[in-house]
Amino acid sequence: MSEVSTNDVASILKKVNDYIWDIPMDYKPGMRVPGRIFVSSQLLDSLELDTLTQVSNVATLPGIQKFAMAMPDAHSGYGFPIGGVAAFDRDTGIISPGGVGYDINCGVRIIKTNLMVDEVRPRMKELIELLFHEIPSGVGSKSKLRASESELTDAFLHGARWAVESGYGVKEDIEHCEENGYMKIADPAKVSEKARKRGKPQFGTLGSGNHFLEVQYVDEVYEPEVAKVFGLHKGQVTVMIHCGSRGAGHQICDDYLKILDKATHKYGIQLPDRQLACAPAESQEGQDYYKAMAAGANYAWANRQVITHWVREAFTRFFGRDDLGMELIYDVAHNVAKLEEHTIDGEKKMVYVHRKGATRAFPPGHPDVPRIYRKVGQPVLIPGSMGTASFVLHGTEKAMELTFGSACHGSGRVSSRGAAKHKFHGETIQKDLAAMGISVRATHPSIIAEEAPGVYKSSEEVVNVVHQLGIARKVVKLMPLGVAKG
Amino acid sequence: MDGEKSVGKYEGKYEYLYHIADAKFRAFGLTLEEAFGNAALALFNVMIDTSNLQASEERNIELTSSDIKMLLVDWLSELLYLFEVDEIIFFEFRIEKIEKTGEGFSLKGIASGVPIDLSNHKFDTQVKAVTLHELEVEQDETGRFRVQVVVDT
Repeated sequence: MSEVSTNDVASILKKVNDYIWDIPMDYKPGMRVPGRIFVSSQLLDSLELDTLTQVSNVATLPGIQKFAMAMPDAHSGYGFPIGGVAAFDRDTGIISPGGVGYDINCGVRIIKTNLMVDEVRPRMKELIELLFHEIPSGVGSKSKLRASESELTDAFLHGARWAVESGYGVKEDIEHCEENGYMKIADPAKVSEKARKRGKPQFGTLGSGNHFLEVQYVDEVYEPEVAKVFGLHKGQVTVMIHCGSRGAGHQICDDYLKILDKATHKYGIQLPDRQLACAPAESQEGQDYYKAMAAGANYAWANRQVITHWVREAFTRFFGRDDLGMELIYDVAHNVAKLEEHTIDGEKKMVYVHRKGATRAFPPGHPDVPRIYRKVGQPVLIPGSMGTASFVLHGTEKAMELTFGSACHGSGRVSSRGAAKHKFHGETIQKDLAAMGISVRATHPSIIAEEAPGVYKSSEEVVNVVHQLGIARKVVKLMPLGVAKG
Repeated sequence: MDGEKSVGKYEGKYEYLYHIADAKFRAFGLTLEEAFGNAALALFNVMIDTSNLQASEERNIELTSSDIKMLLVDWLSELLYLFEVDEIIFFEFRIEKIEKTGEGFSLKGIASGVPIDLSNHKFDTQVKAVTLHELEVEQDETGRFRVQVVVDT
């Protein structure tokens, strides 16, 4: 069992301030840096001892910079914690598939509309039904996209850019994606035949688990000036897509875990957990993984882009209009590793930043922020759990100082899927949410129970910690109108 | 969630353990082959209740891996791969032999199951992958085998 009383966790942590808690280096042998958890005293109650162990395990990896970090939504995963951020020196550090996770470039995008909540809410049930049917989701669902082998290769290479050039979107969509929708380092030759076989039929599907498609509306505006730059205003309807690289990414991670497991021995790296398998970042094995991971990330961007196109088509058909203003606001990855420049101890350094369940949050003026947002910083998109609020924040300089330009990725689980199915009843939750004006459409009720709002930390509490810390600042709050999930 | 109880000297084929985001299970067997088979059964039952399904398809599986724990991961990962690509739900496993070879360990066996039929089969969350986290393959003092696996869902 991983449940321990708060006192155990609190007695290990050293309080730096109300939102920063450190794991001292003597907590575990071999730690090269301390652990650092960004959390409020309220969220500390749901922090597991396993999460602390995993953070301190990451702290033992070669070349780690400053701290092994965990965001306020952190919970235990395998190897790295979910909600983990760690940066490794390019020359002396490692790269690890476990620091990215199986769902490479699992991420979120938000599309705006010029519709208002009052005109959409009365028709929500029909709309969500249509979206549920138009966007394949769930185990074994079939894509409408019959990608050829060469199209699959192109998607691995050029991600969302491939999708747009193939007619699934407009060129502004690419400009509004992290990395402009594809990592240039990607090399499809590093992707196995098995990954291609898993990825091909699933290309253009949402998947299952916590992935969803949600119709939302702007419920509250915190910073009107920034909201204006993002094109958001109170009452406006938006669409959120949360999904990743499907079987392609899972297989890439799987393949390279095995390769790097061998590399770990070859390079004589000592690991406290085999799932942390890694190789020196610039070694052959390390770079092969990085190039394959980038291909997986690109597949995910292409996937979200294709789904976006179908969402636009469905809206156009449903409302009988094609002037709905369905522009992509932004698209963020929350499971990815990237070579970035950061200032560490006053010195500029190239580091591989691993974000596993964490969102990049770059500040105003950063060259990687799209030009139209450069004055206010990157839009940071934080999905809530089913039926709860999501948030749009904007990046700040503080994140560059504190978290290698990163913020949280969601709300973070507090209860297992199995426990959720016992504790919650899918149909009851569906009714409860309907009473709150939220239509949920899933393949069957137990899918709803697994993702019940009660199994997650409060997204509001998590986002408030990020906001208070100043690593990203709240711009708007989005409330769900309808959810479709696999 | 308890695993299916089997008639015999030991408690069950498998059991699910607490893990916050993912599924963690232990599987048991009087032989290593049986424990690996039961782990596969536990894997598929994370996704779907297989108790009332009738097998109509089978796949031969032959694997070699660097060590016994990796063989367990490779076995389950191969089944997961065939589940996705050939679209078969597996629930009967006959592992002929697991043996030590020059390079590591090898496995030879047959997995049987039924093609996915979305109009009949009700899936829960999909298993994305088999992790190396808290992976265990052990034999107790009575000679019984116990394996432990965490899967990503």
